Amino acid sequence: MFRRERSIPLRGSAAALCNNLSVLPLPTRSLTHFGVVHGPSAQLLSAAPEGAPLAQRQLHAKEGAGVSPPLITQIHWCVLPFRVLLVLTSHRGIQMYESDGSVMVYWHALDAGDASLGTWSGRVLVFDIPTKGPNIVLSEELARHQTPITDIATEPAQGQDCVADTVTADDSGLLCVWRSGPKFKLLTQIPGFGAPCSSVQLWQGTVAAGYGNGQVRLYEASTGTLHVQISAHARAVCALDLAPEAGKLLSAAEDTFIHIWKLSRNPEDGYIEVEHCHGECVPDTQICGARFCDLSGSSFAVTGYDLAEILRFSSM
Amino acid sequence: MSMRTLPLLFLNLGGEMLYILDQRLRAQNIPGDKARKVMNDIISTMFNRKFMEELFKPQELYSKKALRTVYDRLAHASIMRLNQASMDKLYDLMTMAFKYQVLLCPRPKDVLLVTFNHLDAIKGLIQDSPTILHQVDETFRQLTDIYGGLSAGEFQLIRQTLLIFFQDLHIRVSIFLKDKVQNSNGRFVLPASGPVPWGTEVPGLIRTFNSKGEEVKRTEFKHGGSYVAALKEGSLELYGDRVLKLGTNMYSVNRPVETHMSAASKNLASQTQESIVPNPLAKEELNLLARLIGGMGIQKPSGPEPGFRLNLFTTDEEEEQAALTRPEELSYEVINIQATQDQQTNQELARIMGEFEITDQSRRSASKGDDLLAMMDEL
Repeated sequence: MFRRERSIPLRGSAAALCNNLSVLPLPTRSLTHFGVVHGPSAQLLSAAPEGAPLAQRQLHAKEGAGVSPPLITQIHWCVLPFRVLLVLTSHRGIQMYESDGSVMVYWHALDAGDASLGTWSGRVLVFDIPTKGPNIVLSEELARHQTPITDIATEPAQGQDCVADTVTADDSGLLCVWRSGPKFKLLTQIPGFGAPCSSVQLWQGTVAAGYGNGQVRLYEASTGTLHVQISAHARAVCALDLAPEAGKLLSAAEDTFIHIWKLSRNPEDGYIEVEHCHGECVPDTQICGARFCDLSGSSFAVTGYDLAEILRFSSM
Repeated sequence: MSMRTLPLLFLNLGGEMLYILDQRLRAQNIPGDKARKVMNDIISTMFNRKFMEELFKPQELYSKKALRTVYDRLAHASIMRLNQASMDKLYDLMTMAFKYQVLLCPRPKDVLLVTFNHLDAIKGLIQDSPTILHQVDETFRQLTDIYGGLSAGEFQLIRQTLLIFFQDLHIRVSIFLKDKVQNSNGRFVLPASGPVPWGTEVPGLIRTFNSKGEEVKRTEFKHGGSYVAALKEGSLELYGDRVLKLGTNMYSVNRPVETHMSAASKNLASQTQESIVPNPLAKEELNLLARLIGGMGIQKPSGPEPGFRLNLFTTDEEEEQAALTRPEELSYEVINIQATQDQQTNQELARIMGEFEITDQSRRSASKGDDLLAMMDEL
């Protein structure tokens, strides 16, 4: 069971986007970073274990040509083996910062029609990131999706070649599974069924996807076979997150609910199975982001449209 | 963000405006012929063909200021006048009503049903004018053409774009508070019960499949709400049962129009982004305004028909009081096109306006820009 912890106040309310919360736990420094998009700005803040806010910073989308200040579409910490980068996307381009948001190390402008980063046109941009410094290079563009990319998930691959497996999802509900490497290779495509896929996660060769009709589906990544279909929510799913050490999946939706699921493999046939662990309601709040705050899934944080605080829950 | 949001925003806000004006015209006992004229004039202006053409072009949403100015002009398209306080209140009610409707739409696509509910009701408000009725039907067709084929993903984006526009608006509306659809802190109630959206299953089921696609297990879980299956899908035909009630007229003689003026959110930082940027009117925004204002052929108050003033409050004193006590952070800075202090901006405005077609042929002057500015000065 979970209990409500002290909320962390935000300077600006959260925007009605999907996946509108990014969390970077830093257990060695006893603090956690949070990132939330407000609109033309995003807020980064760090908090102590009991929720006391420590520092905060606002980042803005880089101006380009245009009438109004551009809106940020997503904020996300990319945890690479040797480095953590903070990525901000908007319709004008992609901005990458050092993990605390202090220095912008790279800016990639998208032309009208653009944006392991998804864009408006459905192209996925793959960047080569050096261990240090701003020498980031666009290495590849994957053109498979026809509609805007909504989410991307990766995990270290199973097997001998130490490259990550990747899943990309788009507005039409199509999922593409890739093996990354010097050149990305498409492994399988999972077609949509009429609802956008807003959020996707990858765990031990299983793709978990959240859809606009409230369903959460689990597929075998290598074959694309559907193994589990959950009527999880009464409104669009807006966020999925994984606590990989515990095999826990979190789903949050515009219906004001968050659900936590336990994923496991059936010992007999090796197929993925799901069990419901816990449901939490945030009354009158259209949730727009939710994340586990630690790798074991014992705590999570939630943002809601129009809400100027990050709600926190931890297990008792 | 979606470039197809403006028509939906404009038509739904316009619909709410007409509901409120209709109610206030009755409450204030405005003579039938005058009331009819006002409603017909405003509806006719709203659905003007050239204006609609401009509206339906794919484009970014207008700034809040520009949109508010459009409605100011629209409300004054006939012989009726509104004081600033009444206009502010009208706009507050319109925006909170549509925000509520967007938030509570079960499916993102349902915003189209809400729009059709507004249009259905607008047709009912038109009296003795087949021409104006035809204009509204034309708009129905345009909506069906453009939005009928959009995917669920595109509607999701439109919904998000609308919600971003309405972010941080928490004005409390009496009718919403009474009906318990809004809490006293200004936030809307999102019930965890009732029918699920069309195309969504009632939550609570986990189905497991084998590699052949056969269902091998079915388990239930407790999801926490009390939902039931959707009854039927609302119709998107010209005539049909929309099923959804959002967007129908909630005002009546017994349910008057009131607001509490309180910005429930003390968070000013979130509201400053637009006012910080010194916004010379963007070209696109001026374009729409110019088409709305220039050459619509609507009667001016100096004509044979004497105008009248509509009050959104119960008494004149209440209206005055509202104007004095309106919280600073809620003041709408209506664009005053004639009066800009910045010389450069003025020239820029004149230059941009000069590019537009002036439809009033009777005017003659050296510069087109002067014409339009002069015309606006008369309003």
